[in-house]
Amino acid sequence: MITHQTGEHVQGKRIFIYVWCYLLALTLIEVVLAYQQLNLKTMLVILMGLSVIKATLIISYFMHLRYERLSLVVTLMPALIFVIGMMFAAFPDSLRLLQLGIR
Amino acid sequence: MASHDAVGSMQGVITEESIWNGGRSPYAIGSKKLGMWLFILSDAITFSALLMAYSYVRVGSPLWPRPFGPSSIANATVMTFVLLSSSVSMVLAVRAAKLGERSQTVKWILATMLGGVAFDVLHIREWLGLIAEGVRLFRNPWGTPLFGATFFGLTGLHMTHVTLGVIYLGIIAVGVHRSKFTSEDVEVSGLYWHFVDLVWMFIFPLVYLMSAKFA
Repeated sequence: MITHQTGEHVQGKRIFIYVWCYLLALTLIEVVLAYQQLNLKTMLVILMGLSVIKATLIISYFMHLRYERLSLVVTLMPALIFVIGMMFAAFPDSLRLLQLGIR
Repeated sequence: MASHDAVGSMQGVITEESIWNGGRSPYAIGSKKLGMWLFILSDAITFSALLMAYSYVRVGSPLWPRPFGPSSIANATVMTFVLLSSSVSMVLAVRAAKLGERSQTVKWILATMLGGVAFDVLHIREWLGLIAEGVRLFRNPWGTPLFGATFFGLTGLHMTHVTLGVIYLGIIAVGVHRSKFTSEDVEVSGLYWHFVDLVWMFIFPLVYLMSAKFA
C-alpha cells in the first residue's frame, strides 16, 4: 500500500476565488489590449507574457503544484520550459518570412 | 541471502513497506496523479508545438485575415469566462472530495461538466458561423489560405479535449456517487480539466485577440 508522506491539507475557498478574480482581470486586460492596435510583435510579447502569468496562477493554485514537493515541480516544469524554449528558437525566422513579402 | 542495498528495510529482509516494494510514493503523490502529470506534460508539448507553428505562420503572413469582430471577441471572452469558472467549480469539487462530502463533490463535478458543455455549444456555434461565411480548411474569402487549417486544427483539438474531459468527469461523478472512486481520482480528473483550461488561456489571445477586426 502506498503511503502518502505529505498530510492532505484542505484549503479554504477564498484563495480560489481570489485567483479566479485575477484570471478574469488579466483576461479583460488582454481583450482591451487587443484593440489598442499595437505593432504585432509587441502585442505578441505582451499577450504571451500575460498568458504565462495566467498559466502560472492556474498551475500553482488550481493544479496545486505550489503545495507539492519541490522535486515534482523540478521534474515537470524545467522540461516543459526547455522544450518550449527550443521551439521558440526558430521563431525569429517568421519575421524573415514576413520581410520576404510572400503573400 | 542478506541484502545490503535496500534502504529503509531491515538488512536481509524486504518488507512490504520497503522502498523496493512500492512502499514509498514517487514525489509523495499517488502513482495515478504522477501519471496524469506526465500525460499533461506530453499533451502540453503537443499543444505548444501546434501553437508555435500557428504563431510562426501568423506573424510571417502579411495577409492574415482579421475576421473576429466585436461579437466574436465577446463570444470568445464569454467562453474564456465559462472555462475559468468551470475550473473553480472543479477545484471546489476536489476540495469537497478531500473533505469526504460525497454529494457536494458530485454537485460541483456536474457544475464543471455544465461549463464544459456550454463552452462546446458556444464554440460549435462559432464554427458554424465561420463555415457559413466560407471558411474551409485551406480556403477562406479573406486572405491566407492557412487560416482555416490553423484555426480549426487548434480549436478543434482543444474542443476534443474539452468534450473528452466532460465524458471523463461524468464517469468520475458516477463513480463518486457510487462510492467507488476516491478523492485522489477526483483530484486527478481535476488536473486534466485545469490543463484544458490552461491551453485555452493561450489559444484565446493567440488565435482570437491577434486576429481581432479593427473598426
